[in-house]
Amino acid sequence: MAAVDVLEILSPGILASVQDTGRLGFGQIGVAPSGAADAYACRIGNLLVGNLENAAALEITLMGFQARFRCEAVFTITGADLQPSLNGNPIPLWSVLRARPGDILDLPSPVCGCRAYLSVGGGFHIPAVMGSRSTNIGAGFGGHAGRALRAGDLLRGRGPEHHMHFAERSLPDTLKPVYTSDWVLRVLPGPQNDQFSSSGRAQFYATTYMVSGASDRTGVRLDGPAIPKIAGAPDSILSEGILGGAVQVPGDGKPIILMNETVTGGYRKIAVVIAADLPLLGQIAPGDTVRFQETGLSEARELLRGVEAALQWVRKYVSV
Amino acid sequence: MRPEIRHLGDRGLLVELGAGIDPTVNNRVQRLHQILARENLYGVVETVPAYGSLLVVYDPLQAAPEALALQIEDLCEFDAADEPEELHRLIEVPVVYGGEDGPDLDAVAAYHGLTDEEVIRLHTGTAYRVYMIGFTPGFPYMGQLPEALDTPRRETPRTHIPKGSVAIAQRQTGIYPVVSPGGWQIIGRTPLELFDPLQNKPSLMVMGDEVRFTSITAEEAAQWPR
Repeated sequence: MAAVDVLEILSPGILASVQDTGRLGFGQIGVAPSGAADAYACRIGNLLVGNLENAAALEITLMGFQARFRCEAVFTITGADLQPSLNGNPIPLWSVLRARPGDILDLPSPVCGCRAYLSVGGGFHIPAVMGSRSTNIGAGFGGHAGRALRAGDLLRGRGPEHHMHFAERSLPDTLKPVYTSDWVLRVLPGPQNDQFSSSGRAQFYATTYMVSGASDRTGVRLDGPAIPKIAGAPDSILSEGILGGAVQVPGDGKPIILMNETVTGGYRKIAVVIAADLPLLGQIAPGDTVRFQETGLSEARELLRGVEAALQWVRKYVSV
Repeated sequence: MRPEIRHLGDRGLLVELGAGIDPTVNNRVQRLHQILARENLYGVVETVPAYGSLLVVYDPLQAAPEALALQIEDLCEFDAADEPEELHRLIEVPVVYGGEDGPDLDAVAAYHGLTDEEVIRLHTGTAYRVYMIGFTPGFPYMGQLPEALDTPRRETPRTHIPKGSVAIAQRQTGIYPVVSPGGWQIIGRTPLELFDPLQNKPSLMVMGDEVRFTSITAEEAAQWPR
């Protein structure tokens, strides 16, 4: 099917990039997954407009995004509430809407959450690199031209004719995630948990951390009292494989929650955010607060089953 | 041998097969990495080898970590002295040492009381093992550097290291395949392409490869086939 011009970026805002569910399986050659920081919102958005769950969507950060539709389209915005509007009229999140050629989409500033996702029915025409359409911004490949989006970029796509009937669908309220600015993340003890003193660990779970402005797609950086390590332990350990959600503690004692842009690391992990809570990491904004709550492996599995059940419900809902 | 297995949250198991930067330990990691690739255990998504550990990433809805850990333990019952199943490849890496390509060469030489030529002779005089790929796509962590070149990292990391830069830190040497920040001492630059995501095998090097550096001139580098 011929590709048509779908969307022209007028302003990318702080950061906008093409992401899907990530580039998996290349950790052994140092390639991180990348992908949507809030994979739940991204997957739901794609499902609502009738795309494959791992289709390419636009990840839009905090504020200042503006784009013009170049063809008739069905689209949805999921994730953070950045006060989206179409031609100046406020539009709902998690709902499939129609756009006409020339319509202007604005996502000016955040009410809650950090990253919004724009999915269009029929998808964006982005070549897969190493099995994924995600932009690896650090290494400069994948996504649109291997980089974050810029004003003037023109995204092409399949066109909406087979997706128009998805318009007017919206996600039931019960399946919409609740965003806050005071986050509680559920974690399991990290692999080097025993290399922090018991008082250091107690302090970690008792502290309400401030989210630093230095946070980005690589990780959520936290400000708070330094976590002491046990006496005599060096600042770093021998590099080992790492996953998104790992809470590492570098030499200055201030924890960093890693996201999906890192494959190996040489700092101790005091805790690891459970898989069910990983999508929340994409919605934590500078100035928010974060607390950690310890849980167990079987609880973590039940919570993840709950997330997958929600997605399964959406798959059925959109298929009829 | 019996590994130490630690949980990395509810998606990963870190299988520790020994301590330190040690070829015998790294052989075990490579061996287990290969065994798991062959066994294709249900629910295992990928494995990420490092110096002394293998990260086994699994789908928590498909694999129960406690059972998976026991399966991995059973698969570690190989002879610790056994070599990995594939022969190590030898890769020759041409390097333009010093000048703009290796801005820290003079400082490294001065730190050890050596001449630039002596540093180059030491760096090219050893075959290195690729212990792991990490940090950025295709970045090989190689060792051991001769003791006479054991150099600390730079006090202030650089924010922009050119692609192809050849660097040393402590007893390790590495190559920056893509532009990135970094704190290692830059002693030269190679015209080789270490990472190309459009190739069938995107990374020039993989764990277990053997690497030798050779010194070339800037003119030779400019004409190096890509």
